[in-house]
Amino acid sequence: MKQSVSKRKKRKKSVSGFFLAPSVVGVLVFFVLPFLVVIYFSFVDNPISKSFVGLENYINVITNSAFRTAFGNTMLFSAIAVPLAVILAMLLALMLDAGIPMYSQLRSSFLTPLMVPTASIVLIWQVLFDNKGVVNSWILKAGGDPVEWLKSSAGLFVIILLFLWKNLGYNMVLFLAALGNVPTDSVEAAELDGAGKIQIFFHVKLRYLSPMIAFTTILSMINSFKVFREVYLLTGDYPVGALYTLQHYMNNTFASADYQKLSTAAIYMSFVMIVIMAIMFAVEHWYGKDLEEE
Amino acid sequence: MSLGKKRKQMIIKIILTIVAVTTAVITLIPIVLTFTNSLMASSEITSNYGMIFEKTDTGGKKYISETVNLKFIPDMVSLSQYFTILIKSPDYLLKFWNSMILVVPIVVFQLIVALLAAYGFTRTKGKLSVIVFFSYVILLLMPYQVTLVPNYLVLNWMHLLNTNWAIWLPGIFSPFSVYLLTKYMKRIPTALIDAAKIDGANEWQIFSRICVPICKGIATSCVILVFMDYWNMVEQPLLFFSDTDKYPLSIFLSKINAQEIGLAFAAATFYMVPCLLLYLYGEAELVEGVAYQGSVKG
Repeated sequence: MKQSVSKRKKRKKSVSGFFLAPSVVGVLVFFVLPFLVVIYFSFVDNPISKSFVGLENYINVITNSAFRTAFGNTMLFSAIAVPLAVILAMLLALMLDAGIPMYSQLRSSFLTPLMVPTASIVLIWQVLFDNKGVVNSWILKAGGDPVEWLKSSAGLFVIILLFLWKNLGYNMVLFLAALGNVPTDSVEAAELDGAGKIQIFFHVKLRYLSPMIAFTTILSMINSFKVFREVYLLTGDYPVGALYTLQHYMNNTFASADYQKLSTAAIYMSFVMIVIMAIMFAVEHWYGKDLEEE
Repeated sequence: MSLGKKRKQMIIKIILTIVAVTTAVITLIPIVLTFTNSLMASSEITSNYGMIFEKTDTGGKKYISETVNLKFIPDMVSLSQYFTILIKSPDYLLKFWNSMILVVPIVVFQLIVALLAAYGFTRTKGKLSVIVFFSYVILLLMPYQVTLVPNYLVLNWMHLLNTNWAIWLPGIFSPFSVYLLTKYMKRIPTALIDAAKIDGANEWQIFSRICVPICKGIATSCVILVFMDYWNMVEQPLLFFSDTDKYPLSIFLSKINAQEIGLAFAAATFYMVPCLLLYLYGEAELVEGVAYQGSVKG
């Protein structure tokens, strides 16, 4: 009897093992195992002689000026673009949620940029922001001085605009879903207590939205690290210094096949990501705690 | 008092509607412009934007206006650009085909692998599977700057660099769909599965006849999101292909030179078509899937 139970258990395990196998093997082979090698590479001097050098690679990379520029630019971009992507998307969602007409048409319009490849849209962006482009011709007409949008630090602004254009719709849909889950009786109770719309938002809705704020922040952060795409398509291989992102640094390092640098930079990045995520989860947990206890 | 309040609310609603509609129109303008510009003859494009894209010493006698001239409506609708990219000049169609051949297998096989894995995660309740799933989530959070390095090492050892496999394999095993599908499948009531078992269904039948059909909507949204992600791809081909003939249209579009600027708008519009078709077909599922992705508790 006992034996048959354990046998059945074993069979069940092997069955789910069959379903999991393709994915687990693929993830192990292409991501996890080589990542262990990446960790190893970050501690040796080169892939051939393989002698242990301690933290030398880490010191070399972090003192490298190209890496610091790239890292700083990427962080600056995220620090500006991510809060904007979250707050503006929330405002859009609140606006649509206020019971205005054409709800579904508006939602579709805001989500459309997600479904348009960036490569298709960079042409128009170039027409708008070229030195002799549309925006500068407006500025000239208004009597101002033209800005070198794509060839100066103003490029950051253009890229943020493109990033927001592409990502706001996605975040907005997430917030719309979260707003739909705010219990109506809590809102009604607050209304009965005489709370205004703004008070209701800050004291009731925001509480229920906090997990979604954390989620969209993480999502936008991941997307903000992908912004190399937009920069590359808009400005090519060699952008101005202000637009030199981490992915540019990685591409150059790939080109010189410097595995130590690559590995070390990748470890730095994964470390930064994990720290950011941990902080986000901790904040969300702390903020949403009394909500769960209710 | 109540009438005044109602009136105030009405005014607020009207203002909000105006703001929302204006924002939506501005959002759509770049797409509409790309489309309408693709219907202009190449002489019109050159005269409108020539000064931006024309390199200084081409020496031709084309008329180029002094200032850039942004136009919504072409002077004369012309399909000549489309005729060129679709029939006369095979370069664009070839690159478009490159994009298709790179993206479609990833979408199809990632979905198959993910459906299987999601069922596996749903049917196991061990500590090990929780740890494995958690590591999938961590992997999901990692940007390309982290994952492309291990990808590159393996592909290099397998001598797969500069082949389509270099894009396909990491794409197929990327855990995005596994995450979304597992979250969804775990919500299928166990009573349903137990009932099927009592009726004598085996695991494969439960998977293929019950779980997969229930996941149809969320699977559609996975397909759309994965398609868009890879249709936009730039990083992987730049690093994994040394042969630029293999590049997808996404990269090629940004390298179109000044002489062909008229064609670029048509090619850009053409490149949007599969995405917009997908959007028309699956908008409801997409919205549902995106919204579901954020349901943190579940």
